[in-house]
Amino acid sequence: MIPSEFEYIKAKSIDEAIVLLQEDDNAKLLAGGHSLIPALKLRLNRPTKLIDISRIPELKGISQEGNELVIGAMTTHYEIMTNDLVRKYLPILSQAAELIGDVQVRNAGTLGGSLAHADPAADWPASMLATEATIVVAGGGGKRSIKASDFFTGFYTTALEEGEIITQIRVPIPPAGTKTTYLKFMQPASRFAIVGCAVVAKVNGVFDDVKVAFTGVSDMAFRDTAVENALKGQKTDEASIMSAAAIAAESVNILSDHFADEGYRKHLAKVYLKRALVSLV
Amino acid sequence: MCSLIGQAVKRVEDKRFITGKGKYTDDIVLPNMTYAYIIRSPYAHAKILKLDTSQALAMEGIVAIFTGEDIAKSGVNGVPCGWQVNFNTGETMKEPPHPLLVKDKVLHVGDSVAIIIAESRALAKDAAEMVEIEYEELPCVTDPYKAIQKGAPVVHDIAPDNKCYVWELGDRQKTDDYMAKAHHVTSLEFVNQRLVPNAIEPRAAIGDYDETNDRYTLYTSSQNPHLIRLLMCAFVLGLPEHKVRVIAPDVGGGFGSKIFHYVEEALVTWASKQIGRPVKWTAERSESFITDAHGRDHVTRAEMGFDKDGKIMALRVRTAANLGAYLSTFSTCVPTYLHGTLLQGLYTTPAIHVEVTGAFTHTTAVDAYRGAGRPEATYLLERLVENGARELGIDPAELRFKNFIPPFDGVNQPGYQTQVALQYDSGNYPAVLERALEMVDYKNFRKEQEEARKNGKYLGIGISTYIEACGIAPSAVVGSLGARAGLFESAQVRIQPTGKVSVYTGSHSHGQGHETTFAQVVADKLGISMSDVEIVHGDSDSVAFGMGTYGSRSLAVGGSAIVKSIDKVLEKGAKIAAHKLEASVDDLEYAGGKWTVKGTDKSIGFGDIALTAYVPHDYPQGLEPGLDFSSFYDPANFTYPYGAHIAVVEVDIETGKVNLKRFVACDDVGNIINPMIVEGQIHGGVVQGIGQALFEEAIYDDNGQLLTGSYMDYTMPRADDVPSFEVDRTITPCPHNPLGVKGAGEAGTIGSAPAVVNAVLDALAPFNIKDIKMPLTPQRVWKAIHGK
Repeated sequence: MIPSEFEYIKAKSIDEAIVLLQEDDNAKLLAGGHSLIPALKLRLNRPTKLIDISRIPELKGISQEGNELVIGAMTTHYEIMTNDLVRKYLPILSQAAELIGDVQVRNAGTLGGSLAHADPAADWPASMLATEATIVVAGGGGKRSIKASDFFTGFYTTALEEGEIITQIRVPIPPAGTKTTYLKFMQPASRFAIVGCAVVAKVNGVFDDVKVAFTGVSDMAFRDTAVENALKGQKTDEASIMSAAAIAAESVNILSDHFADEGYRKHLAKVYLKRALVSLV
Repeated sequence: MCSLIGQAVKRVEDKRFITGKGKYTDDIVLPNMTYAYIIRSPYAHAKILKLDTSQALAMEGIVAIFTGEDIAKSGVNGVPCGWQVNFNTGETMKEPPHPLLVKDKVLHVGDSVAIIIAESRALAKDAAEMVEIEYEELPCVTDPYKAIQKGAPVVHDIAPDNKCYVWELGDRQKTDDYMAKAHHVTSLEFVNQRLVPNAIEPRAAIGDYDETNDRYTLYTSSQNPHLIRLLMCAFVLGLPEHKVRVIAPDVGGGFGSKIFHYVEEALVTWASKQIGRPVKWTAERSESFITDAHGRDHVTRAEMGFDKDGKIMALRVRTAANLGAYLSTFSTCVPTYLHGTLLQGLYTTPAIHVEVTGAFTHTTAVDAYRGAGRPEATYLLERLVENGARELGIDPAELRFKNFIPPFDGVNQPGYQTQVALQYDSGNYPAVLERALEMVDYKNFRKEQEEARKNGKYLGIGISTYIEACGIAPSAVVGSLGARAGLFESAQVRIQPTGKVSVYTGSHSHGQGHETTFAQVVADKLGISMSDVEIVHGDSDSVAFGMGTYGSRSLAVGGSAIVKSIDKVLEKGAKIAAHKLEASVDDLEYAGGKWTVKGTDKSIGFGDIALTAYVPHDYPQGLEPGLDFSSFYDPANFTYPYGAHIAVVEVDIETGKVNLKRFVACDDVGNIINPMIVEGQIHGGVVQGIGQALFEEAIYDDNGQLLTGSYMDYTMPRADDVPSFEVDRTITPCPHNPLGVKGAGEAGTIGSAPAVVNAVLDALAPFNIKDIKMPLTPQRVWKAIHGK
């Protein structure tokens, strides 16, 4: 459990971090480190340089800008879980944060770090997709915004370009009458998601504006548009919920491991969608 | 002064542990120390075609690299097995060598290939990547049942059928006859899965050779330093024992995995002499997963025959027990003498026969893990009893009461002779189940269960009763069964001139709280303060000898040795007191830390007598000065703790997830010195049993790779997985040791797993499921419910 040798640099600003990153192809950003450090210790990853961005002030904190909550990329899971603005406008994020890892992980791990890592079983991607968040990144070529739905591109891969850093996550505050939830069936050892199901919807007698996203189920988190379409305009009753659950996770490749094979995992996705919808109505 | 025995005294060792001041092997830094990294096989079975260390050796900071070739040339032996178990034909077991480093062929993932010694751990690890090794992978087998089938890949040429032994116990003919006559036979084929012990402190060892004095010191995270010294000196390195000191300092848990003599201990000791500097090796967690001896791993077929009233008539057991690639120290006796001998359980079963085949496989060695054989026996019995009850339509509690051995105290009534070689010491077996049923409110539970089912909720209750053979053991008995060591314990009680007491015990504390429990015993017997007693353990230079701590033996055997020495102290003290008080020894009584002439106010304190013993100016003629006694205690029998555990679960049938709602235990571990420590042992043990029932499993893939080799995949039970335990006890003293204690270290683990599994199967009774393989993961439970 000893990493190969690397240099550690604490970046003081976003600009400095970008320059450092561009200087060295083998440099890696340290953004909490709860995925990176274990990989280093197992020598699965051998960066020459670790650029610690977790102390850059501009990357931290949560604020409201117009109709959006703006979350600095280096905001910890714990800060999101306990933030008043989050609890008021986007309780799904607080709920998701609370289900991540344990106290130590929540106190050190960050939203930006988790998104950049894009673990297919991480909790954040589902709620990012369901809330239609935007991920703001900065790099040598300047700033750009990426929709969450465009951000996750595959197994541990994202739309981030070489030398880019996630700076902010901008999450639209849902209109009044919208309900949200994130439910998770945990892998018992790692406590990552075997199934994480995020739902954002209006539920005034009928389902409207429904967004459903899953994590843990496939090689990347995904929006289940078939389910969303099926629910649109349907009564918020058991029959609608059951028929929506029946078609959940049907259009993706399903992951399989010794905790949950394909059939069981797909079944759990349906059960968790059902439970999420029931909890909203 | 009230008695200290029986008081929930806070643990004196906790201050240093809780404040991070414990001193473990890896905390020790010696001048000029080097650091070792061991290159391990990435394959389960492979030939080593080429091994080139030249590039690594040329790197800066590399002190030495040794390979299997070097070890073979040096003439040192491999690590031995400590227990000979013979074939039922009388043939000696197959005992392949276990070299410190392999030369030609690796036999499991993690097998040791080379040791790199460097100025730092990081340098050693960097150099390891530069050692060129070419392997030719060979077919492997990891399952014990598959290993003993025809055509399986062979692990050792000396055992072409992969059988180390085929062992049996009990009356085969009688069992077959009774089984044939049974009204009903319940049978079960099941796996008692492989577990990884996961002590919180990874194993570590430091070898330190002192050339000027020609002395070796080995620091090691071990449960029994003296046995390590004996095995290493006599069998492996051929060192003079008086020139070797073994120290096991603070040790962070063992659960059995630190009993055994491991290759790394001998390697660092040997290597230290080669390079003339201390050598430290500390396991990484990933390394612990593949090199600490694992536990359990039985594939079993068992049958239990009942008469028409539900009385058990016969029990027949056939087990293939996985021993792994090499024979670890006690690996051979765990599935035999610690498993087969416990198959009487608490029942009057008149005919029992067990046959165990010890199988070599291309896996990490399997050896004693908390409970060691007894959880396997209990699991088998309690699953069969429960399934039998269900099949016969008899309440499972009632079926047990029908079959319990009647109460006996071992004093006025004799011990109970089982069909499988043991004689139980004392017990009131129905009492523990009665109490546990009362605690859980069994009668009302059935009503609640029925109501819940109507509402689509699946509640279940599961009972398990157990007995274990602890306090191992009478040396002559285990010797006749193949043990290559005695199993007594030693204790020296040294009274210092000021009346302070140092106690040197051969037991080793690695979480058990000996520094508290033993001090309570000593202070109580001497009528002095606990703060005047120091317990010393874990150093072969201070402690005369020791057989170490495992098998719930420390208090029953080590504690008894201490009591013997205290008796000697008091006997001699009385002679000095009689002289000082000008009275006869027979007229004295000892209480509250002083000798008093009966019926008078003439007395003399313990401290005065201690001082007199070392300043013998006015002293009995002919009596030696000093007050310092050693004793060796060899028990007359095993001790037999027992108990009843009950689990209450709710199963989410949509996901298969088991919610453990309540866990009730009533144990009888004999007399109790410190109830808080006993409860802690029960709690910890219960969690480990629950871990086996619901969470833990070492899974090998077809290539012999451990799939659950990290905490990302191997599920350890956590605090939020278990309810608050409800524990109580009955007390039936052990009739044959001076403290009347039976041992509490393993009880929880032995009793709990079958209770949980029985509860899940009870919850799922409407689905008529006979077995679900442990651990009962949500996926397995869901598949069982839905017939997938």
